[in-house]
Amino acid sequence: MATELQDGERPEHRGYVAAVDQGTTSTRCILFDHSGRLVAIAQREHRQHYPRPGWVEHDAAEIWRNVARLVPQAMAQVDAEPGDVVAIGIANQRETVVAWDRHTGVPVGHAVVWQDTRTADLVDALAADGGTHRFAEACGLPLTTYFAAPRMRWLLDEVPGLRRRAEAGDVLFGTIDSWLVWNLTGGPDGGTHVTDVTNASRTMLMDLRTLDYSPQMLEEFGIPRACLPEIRSSSEVYGTARTVVPGARIGAALGDQQAALFGQTCFSPGEAKCTYGTGGFLLMNTGTEITRSSHGLLTTVAHRIGDEPPAYALEGSIAVTGSLVQWLRDNLGLISTAPEIETLARTVPDNGGCYFVPAFSGLFAPHWRSEARGLIVGLTSFVTKGHIARAALEATAWQTREVVEAMDADSGLRLASLRVDGGMTSNNLLMQTVADVLDAPVVRPMVSETVSLGAAYAAGLAVGFWPDTQALRRRWHRAAQWDPTMDPATRASGWKDWQQAVQRTFGWIRH
Amino acid sequence: MPGPIQSIERAAAALRLLAAAPEGLGVVELGTALTLAKTTAHGILRTLVDVGFVEQAEDGRYRVSEDLADLGRPRIDANDLRAQAVNWADSLASRTGESVRLAVLAEGRALVVHHVFRPDDSRQELAVGTSLPAHACALGKVLLAWSVGGRRGARLPALTQRTVVDPAVLRRTLAAVREQGWALDVEELLAGTASIAAPVRDRGGLVVGAIGIDGESERLVDTRGRPRAGLVPAVRQAARSVSRGLGARGA
Ligand SMILES: Nc1ncnc2c1ncn2[C@@H]1O[C@H](COP(=O)(O)OP(=O)(O)OP(=O)(O)O)[C@@H](O)[C@H]1O
Ligand SMILES: [Mg+2]
Repeated sequence: MATELQDGERPEHRGYVAAVDQGTTSTRCILFDHSGRLVAIAQREHRQHYPRPGWVEHDAAEIWRNVARLVPQAMAQVDAEPGDVVAIGIANQRETVVAWDRHTGVPVGHAVVWQDTRTADLVDALAADGGTHRFAEACGLPLTTYFAAPRMRWLLDEVPGLRRRAEAGDVLFGTIDSWLVWNLTGGPDGGTHVTDVTNASRTMLMDLRTLDYSPQMLEEFGIPRACLPEIRSSSEVYGTARTVVPGARIGAALGDQQAALFGQTCFSPGEAKCTYGTGGFLLMNTGTEITRSSHGLLTTVAHRIGDEPPAYALEGSIAVTGSLVQWLRDNLGLISTAPEIETLARTVPDNGGCYFVPAFSGLFAPHWRSEARGLIVGLTSFVTKGHIARAALEATAWQTREVVEAMDADSGLRLASLRVDGGMTSNNLLMQTVADVLDAPVVRPMVSETVSLGAAYAAGLAVGFWPDTQALRRRWHRAAQWDPTMDPATRASGWKDWQQAVQRTFGWIRH
Repeated sequence: MPGPIQSIERAAAALRLLAAAPEGLGVVELGTALTLAKTTAHGILRTLVDVGFVEQAEDGRYRVSEDLADLGRPRIDANDLRAQAVNWADSLASRTGESVRLAVLAEGRALVVHHVFRPDDSRQELAVGTSLPAHACALGKVLLAWSVGGRRGARLPALTQRTVVDPAVLRRTLAAVREQGWALDVEELLAGTASIAAPVRDRGGLVVGAIGIDGESERLVDTRGRPRAGLVPAVRQAARSVSRGLGARGA
């Protein structure tokens, strides 16, 4: 057991909240104590399936097995018994769709992942009649392959007999949160089929104003209501675990990016964070009013605590940040681990004139260009792999500037500093570069695993482990800060070069 | 200045031969190639095995070891080490209320590769990239205590009145560090501050870094200069957690 420095530890402060962070590449279980401190962590990657170009799939059964294994592993690190787990909170990769048999619990094929672009034709067909923004009023999202509803529709169309089984309620659909809660609460034996408002806000099926399924959207996408989970708050007790940690209350579910916003304690309008993992996601809390973007951002739900009114957010989603580093590692073999990119990048003082736009699956915010493809420009015989590494890191920084500028334009405010988290924040060169190109301080909080922390906070609130959001706010502390040092002329010319490089990616795929 | 030392010349020649023979060499073959008596060749090989530059395989033949190939190459990329340590460094800062640093040995000094601010939201400067005199801080003492072939006999400059400047005293201190598994500095680097550190080990058990806390000496040690209760276990636990992440067994 951990030695506690604080005296006067009260009995109601004992125990841990278990967070499950079910991400795109891996699953983590992290235990937090009452002071919001990470005390145990277990992690495991799952297989990525790429059956065709543009297709990305996960095995939902493998993901569930990982969760069932990781939670006890984390508990063993601090000798915790099921009774020590006061609540479980779930954060998950968003927009990934899984369908399964309600009677056996067996998934129908693989889960279709958020990066998957197989629905391009379907999306184009829907957009032909009214444009990409025809549903934005109701759901806050443009029509793209990124969101869940087109994937559900694709499965219903392509898997023989699935529509009939879905209409009869024999097959259930959901995002990963629904899949995990259903399994934890008993699966075929009375499992609870729910989702939370943040995950539902990524389907295109929920009306942001009512926080319920929009009959019109269900109709447009042709998805039977019977197979969909009930939409609930992000922080409330959905049920009790019947397996893995029997008896523990499941107190929260949030999409991973909204969980990170919660973990950074951005509870007030105007507070924002950017999380750097597989992709990069800037979210700003906009309060209880729905704010629409005119600069290419998404409107989404930030969280809903119990019966309180929901908080909304504006989001700038960047599809490729950390996954570019992984691409340099796995596809080019330039580095053998992701952090080594910093070592390689530091072999040169600048990018040598080289820019790298990783439009691998088109460009997300603020461009939303599905036909764009990646490029490296500015190549000369002078350029080395060090310059490529630098250009790859700078791509994350410049893309951050794009979404920050869109956020500033929409909110009419200038972001005074940027709160960051996620795996890439351990890269000092990158964080310095982000501060330099934004011309604003970049701040990392004491817990980088904010996705898990947010899920834990929301679950802990639901069971009364923490009294209110004010108490959570007090636990936020600055762990590091990077201040801008770049001279304005360098910043301005780099920004111009970047924008020019981005223009050149457009229109690569011709229909 | 003395002339070349014959036994070192012979050892170097033996290493060149072994490195060129992927199949390995036997004692007799090596002796013949270098025109040495069998007992002399054997003595050279045994010594090279003892220092870890040469391995003897089950078939009795000798080859150069992986250690020799790795010589001079850092065991783990400092950026990898930081990525592995971030979570536990955060927890250590939060638990102790002090700032946390992670360091590796570079050119005889403790190079800070990760820094977590003291969690009081006061203005602090990121210290990543600064290097500290190893003999004068806890991080450095840990790194020196487990370094192989460190630059012994180097001059020990005084940074405060309490800096250890006598090589014999430092040697005894480092032996104590190895014995107890952690190191302490009380105002040896900077008046008014103290630090506590413990070793981070890799998969093979080698010490690849040190992690520790530093802060006002009044908060870290009592009036007799002993660490306050709970701090040493917290530092050692963080070091063990990072080591476990690196694959160290028994950590
Ligand atoms: N030091 C580093 N420098 C640059 N990139 C890094 C570094 N460390 C990790 N990454 C990248 O960050 C990503 C891992 O971060 P993180 O663990 O936050 O993501 P993740 O949560 O696994 O993503 P997801 O939830 O989408 O699965 C990987 O894409 C990796 O390439
Ligand atoms: Mg993640």
